[in-house]
Amino acid sequence: MRRFAELLDRLVLTPSRNGKLTLLTDYFRNVEDPDRGLALAAITGDLSIAAVKPAMLRTLVTERMDPVLFGYSYDYVGDLAETVSLVWPEPPGHHAANIRPTLADVVGALQSASRSDGPRVLARLLDRADISARYAIIKLVTGGLRIGVSARLAKQALADLGKVDVSEIEELWHGLTPPYADLFAWLEGKGPKPETAAKALFRPVMLANPVGDGDLERLDPADYAAEWKWDGIRVQAVCEGGIRRLYSRTGDDISPAFPDLVEAMTFEGVLDGELLVGDPQRETGTFSDLQQRLNRKTVSAKMLDRYPVFVRCYDLLQKGGEDVRALPFLERRARLENFVRRLDPARFDLSPLALFSDWPALEEMRSNPPHPVIEGVMLKRRDSAYLAGRPKGPWFKWKRDPFTVDAVLMYAQRGHGKRSSFYSDYTFGVWAGPEGAEELVPVGKAYFGFTDEELRQIDKFVRDNTIERFGPVRSVRADRSHGLVLEVAFEGLNRSTRHKSGVAMRFPRISRLRWDKPAGEADRIETLQALLDRTIDYSETETRIS
Amino acid sequence: MRASDLLCSRPEGLYCPPGDFFIDPVRPVARALITHGHSDHARPGHRAVLATAETLDIMELRCGADFAGSKQAMRLGETISLNDVKVTFQPAGHVLGSAQICVEHRGMRIVASGDYKRQPDATCAPFIPIPCDVFITEATFGLPVFRHPHPADEIARLLKSVEQFPERTHLVGAYALGKAQRVISLLRQAGYERTIYIHGALTKLCDYYQSRGIELGDLQPATVEAGGKEDFAGEIVVGPPAAFSDRWARRFPDPVACFASGWMRIRQRAKQRGVELPLIISDHSDWDELTETITETGAGEVWVTHGREEALVRWCELDGIAARPLHLVGYEDEGD
Repeated sequence: MRRFAELLDRLVLTPSRNGKLTLLTDYFRNVEDPDRGLALAAITGDLSIAAVKPAMLRTLVTERMDPVLFGYSYDYVGDLAETVSLVWPEPPGHHAANIRPTLADVVGALQSASRSDGPRVLARLLDRADISARYAIIKLVTGGLRIGVSARLAKQALADLGKVDVSEIEELWHGLTPPYADLFAWLEGKGPKPETAAKALFRPVMLANPVGDGDLERLDPADYAAEWKWDGIRVQAVCEGGIRRLYSRTGDDISPAFPDLVEAMTFEGVLDGELLVGDPQRETGTFSDLQQRLNRKTVSAKMLDRYPVFVRCYDLLQKGGEDVRALPFLERRARLENFVRRLDPARFDLSPLALFSDWPALEEMRSNPPHPVIEGVMLKRRDSAYLAGRPKGPWFKWKRDPFTVDAVLMYAQRGHGKRSSFYSDYTFGVWAGPEGAEELVPVGKAYFGFTDEELRQIDKFVRDNTIERFGPVRSVRADRSHGLVLEVAFEGLNRSTRHKSGVAMRFPRISRLRWDKPAGEADRIETLQALLDRTIDYSETETRIS
Repeated sequence: MRASDLLCSRPEGLYCPPGDFFIDPVRPVARALITHGHSDHARPGHRAVLATAETLDIMELRCGADFAGSKQAMRLGETISLNDVKVTFQPAGHVLGSAQICVEHRGMRIVASGDYKRQPDATCAPFIPIPCDVFITEATFGLPVFRHPHPADEIARLLKSVEQFPERTHLVGAYALGKAQRVISLLRQAGYERTIYIHGALTKLCDYYQSRGIELGDLQPATVEAGGKEDFAGEIVVGPPAAFSDRWARRFPDPVACFASGWMRIRQRAKQRGVELPLIISDHSDWDELTETITETGAGEVWVTHGREEALVRWCELDGIAARPLHLVGYEDEGD
């Protein structure tokens, strides 16, 4: 338990991905079964433990200490789990070292506790743990570790441990159960690769490379088919032997959030496509509409009605019992066309091929797509097999150019980790208000897109032009005559009620430093508002229809 | 006599009317008794200063030779009379030279403990509990959430991390007086024998500690010489916490920001400061040490100062001890 608690403590404060991977692989290497497998399940969200409510936790602790002192403590710390872990009084006559429980002891005790017994079992565990273990136990029972580690990252750590490709782990994953002893045995070369007897498993997806400079000159347009690149999320719909699963592109099972779609998954096979909001025959909704449906555990009837989802299919991996991944793209495509024709047209449609004669023609299509929810084109070699990962050559994505706006730097915040001595997170704004009385309204925040040298330059500008400091944040001089203009690139705009400016940028990054441009000539908010009006808001369209 | 006739709070600091002296005054006064060398307690500009020899040395190092009109060194355990008031200095276990000041007059004994801790510390003399009528305690960590772990365990976590990330520099933030030397000493006790690199701001005090016979091993300035940044890969560098957000920190490869402080008990504190490896090492008492010490002194009355007074006052009430906050201004927590 001590090592698991220490791992959580370190992960939550480690900003870099590589740092987290090192901590995870070291843990998996040094901790024995079943503890490491249970830790893995806790991180990936596959550990089921009956939840304890915060109120119960509070009752348990105030039975053991003065409620006023507890109140002072909680006010100061602000986090219930942390406060309880710190103030929990060790029982009298307690001798620390020799009776510390393992993670397996803790999980076992919690899982076998009955509902009425739960609080007592928890209290006994807390009595036997030290501060950091108490924190970990409370996190386990209150649900959600929130340590900044995705299931995907944990799987990458496993892949690093066993020196295998992460796609192999993803493919196996849904057939495995905690504490994953067979998986660890295989990764450590002590056992065979676990058999995947389970049905409806995730297949590692094939990914595209961005089109780079000069890439297309070397390629013959006749070898490639093109499709529109829709702005939704990549999904894999799998039905096998009566089991239906919808997976994200990293193999997370997201079926529970999309009962409307799963109900229509009446086929036998594996489809690859884009999850979008709307009705394929009428209207495709924007990404911000789709966001209403993402990252939810459950979904209300109102949501289902207002933001219905469908899949725009672009590949077929398995048809009935036949794995077709090795077939050339065009042959898979022909099977896909037949396959989709038999599905519910409100939930599935076919991603159409975009016909083009040469690269300049495709470039024109990419720059001026026929629909606002298209963000570019996809290129797929006509003879390409469906391969896991991101092979170089068969598939390309060619996104339309990002939107850009010239904004003025308003605030800078110190970075973390490697960047802790740099002001590296920038809040920028554009001009608003009547002429002669313009003021800046913040429209976004970006912390990448610049080179190391540019970072040094901006950092110097921030230090030389600081007006006020608020902890790690500095406000910098930004008025009509003086300020740093940043060209900000972004993928789209959403309406936002949270921001004063009324807009929120998607994926903003600094594309150029405009030292040459006077601050007074940066863009005005109206420029962004006009852009916002150009993209159709599906929820509003729907209201208009009904 | 009433306790408040022997010691009372004035804008300049804690004042003893019969003895006509102040303890740790925050403004220049005629006669100051100084508990220890942290800058919020030991300020320059007093006409006469009475403190331990180490505290006087430290004040001279930090404020210059003319920090006071006259100075007088007190030995720990020694008692002198100031206008009939008996004054004794006893070790406080906080930093080198730190002392509690026991003031006694007409049968009333008050102990002004200054800052103190009960954990063992190889860099200073251990705290001695003094039976008294009134105990004046600090409350820097005066909340039940502050429970300091064993410092050896914290150092073990640091050394484990150095092993895990050999390509990175571990930058340990530690205040220049006391904490830095204690961290270095703890590393030596854990068997760490490599050179430890230090920020320039620590040099004088580390040299002074070593001149007083405290073993800190091989220390070198953390400056980039002919080589490059990779010279510091896998090494431990100790510096004042403020230096880490400074451009100074850029000379190290992908540094792991560590901070040795009692405040690191609270995750959000660590997170806000961008600390990657918090080391809960404190030169102040934690909650358990505070409450145990109050009990040990047998004081019938407790005055609580600089920190979270209300929780400690509440604890005293529950324990049947008279207690009140002593409102003194101007004390920060430089030492932690």
